[in-house]
Amino acid sequence: MSARTRQPASVSAAGLAPGVRVTRSRRSAIWSGLGAIAVIAVLAYLPYRVYSGTTSLLVNFFILLILASMWNLLAGYTGLVSVGQQAFFGFGSYFVLIGALHGVDPFVGLPIAVVGCAALGLVVWWLLSRLRSGYFAIATWVVASVCYLIIIRYPSLGGGTGEFMPGLPNINIKYLDAYIYWTTLAVTAITLVCVYLVLRSRLGLELTAVRDDETGARSVGVRVGRAQLLVFVIAAAGCGAAGALEVISAPYLQPGPAFSVQWSAEMIFAVLIGGIGTIEGPIIGTIVFFALQQWLAHYGTWYFIVLGLIAISVAIWAPRGIWGLISDRLKLFPVGYWLWPAGQRLGPPEAAVAGEDAEQVT
Amino acid sequence: MIWVNDIVQGVLLGGLYALFACGLSLMFGVMKVINLAHGDLAVVAAYLAAGLVTVLHMPTALSILVSIPLFAIIGYVLWRTVLQASLNRSVLTTLLVTFGMSIVIENALQQFFSANSRSLSIGALATDHFNVGSQITVGYLDLAILIAAVVVLLGLQLFLSRTRQGRLIRAVADDREAAQLAGADYRHIFGIAAAIAFGTVAVAGTAYGVYTTFDPTTGTTQLLLLFAFEAVVIGGLGSLWGTLVGGILLGVVQDIGAQISTADLLLAGQLFFLLVLVIRPQGITGSRRTA
Repeated sequence: MSARTRQPASVSAAGLAPGVRVTRSRRSAIWSGLGAIAVIAVLAYLPYRVYSGTTSLLVNFFILLILASMWNLLAGYTGLVSVGQQAFFGFGSYFVLIGALHGVDPFVGLPIAVVGCAALGLVVWWLLSRLRSGYFAIATWVVASVCYLIIIRYPSLGGGTGEFMPGLPNINIKYLDAYIYWTTLAVTAITLVCVYLVLRSRLGLELTAVRDDETGARSVGVRVGRAQLLVFVIAAAGCGAAGALEVISAPYLQPGPAFSVQWSAEMIFAVLIGGIGTIEGPIIGTIVFFALQQWLAHYGTWYFIVLGLIAISVAIWAPRGIWGLISDRLKLFPVGYWLWPAGQRLGPPEAAVAGEDAEQVT
Repeated sequence: MIWVNDIVQGVLLGGLYALFACGLSLMFGVMKVINLAHGDLAVVAAYLAAGLVTVLHMPTALSILVSIPLFAIIGYVLWRTVLQASLNRSVLTTLLVTFGMSIVIENALQQFFSANSRSLSIGALATDHFNVGSQITVGYLDLAILIAAVVVLLGLQLFLSRTRQGRLIRAVADDREAAQLAGADYRHIFGIAAAIAFGTVAVAGTAYGVYTTFDPTTGTTQLLLLFAFEAVVIGGLGSLWGTLVGGILLGVVQDIGAQISTADLLLAGQLFFLLVLVIRPQGITGSRRTA
């Protein structure tokens, strides 16, 4: 763990052979960062150029991207397989609805829902923290079912049939759609930046250690329980944000779809196909998901069956997903450390991309 | 006396849950694999029974003579092809793969059979009942399902304790490497256990189809998997009779919850399960060691 020294650019790592250097943030990261900013700028400009049908589709895309990133953080880095994240997704929607029924602007309700879901995440973690693997998976599902059963007891929230959310600004639908789109884009960007920063932080290092070997991580002093708690709460908050965005973009809220296990299926499929345990995987997986959905749109739910079969095959025969197949060559958002042999000058990015002269430690 | 009747109804309902839980319990006990597609496979079994009744004009009760062996074959093949490969990766992979299977099955059923709900008819038996005293009503169908659960559990118990294959299954479950050294092919043995588990799913699915209506999403919306798992955990892992006790306890708690208000039937069961999970994760009959 000598690489824990926290200096930004490069440090001569204590405990290594003299002259050996450890660096982070390859110059390629700067280019990826600039590229990401460019992509966000282009996406932000879209409402001026395209019909709102396209931006609505992108809103759904971003919501799934947030969910997939959160599930990936949870399962990919802590090994906690949850099939009950729809509990937080649904409650994210319902927190916004409850606020709106009491006169709180839905856009203000969004951050409230995020905080509320983080608190709910704390409670759920307290209940489930002792459980592992299959027990944990099914218990999260049970929690989601309990959330649903509690919500339908309240007729004021529409009971089992659903409720229309009031309070969206009374403006031209074109502007409203654009505002919703920009909000979703902003939340997505914040989520991805958060995931990146978390994984680059000490917590991220601990998580990566836990992902690779939980017992080994424990033995070198990683507080596994604390790391898992933090990630579970972050994932709960993120899924809550996604739920809040969902109800804002489609303001008729029904408890059945909101707490449906279908959401878990979508995020799991996207992450598995894209590549679990990487930041880039969920992005690629979500793109594949939507591409297939659009392509097979005329054949009912066949796209979902195909996605499921691909996800199953990937999980068994290519567990690193699509991104795993390309990432040996390229890393967009590096969170690891590079070990440079003595006397090696820091070369230009392209010289080191192949990772032949520097050993990468992720 | 009305409370006695509630408990009797709960016990009868618990028979259905226990029947569902048999296969899950067996696969969990032997392979340490939780089959998240369990509930949806039961729905497939119900559709298969409906198909056999319509196409071959079989009585519903006899259709299981065809569907059990068919499901056993499916179970064996599925284990040897997909499930063993995912278990070789990790236990987490088996969760992801069986969850994916569950969703794929559900959507495929929807594509082929539409979202309409169906039921299996079994004639007068579905509604006939007899009375014990003045307050207690026992439906023949409910009683038949409970008896089926007991028969399946008893059969499993005898199979595991008395037959050569059963002993092999227990040996592989206890210590895979040692059994392997003694010449047992664990993949084949696991396949047989999966075949048996799938066979019980065929019985459970048919019983469910007779008991109430079903549609392609019943597996997840009616929480079949969750009830089965809850019966296994409440009863205590690795004990087949514990599974029966767990199913019955779940049924009784649900029925008592339903007395508070009908909407609380499910909520009472789920909260009871979470309570057991937090307070006594090894289950009612389990020892500390298995937790």
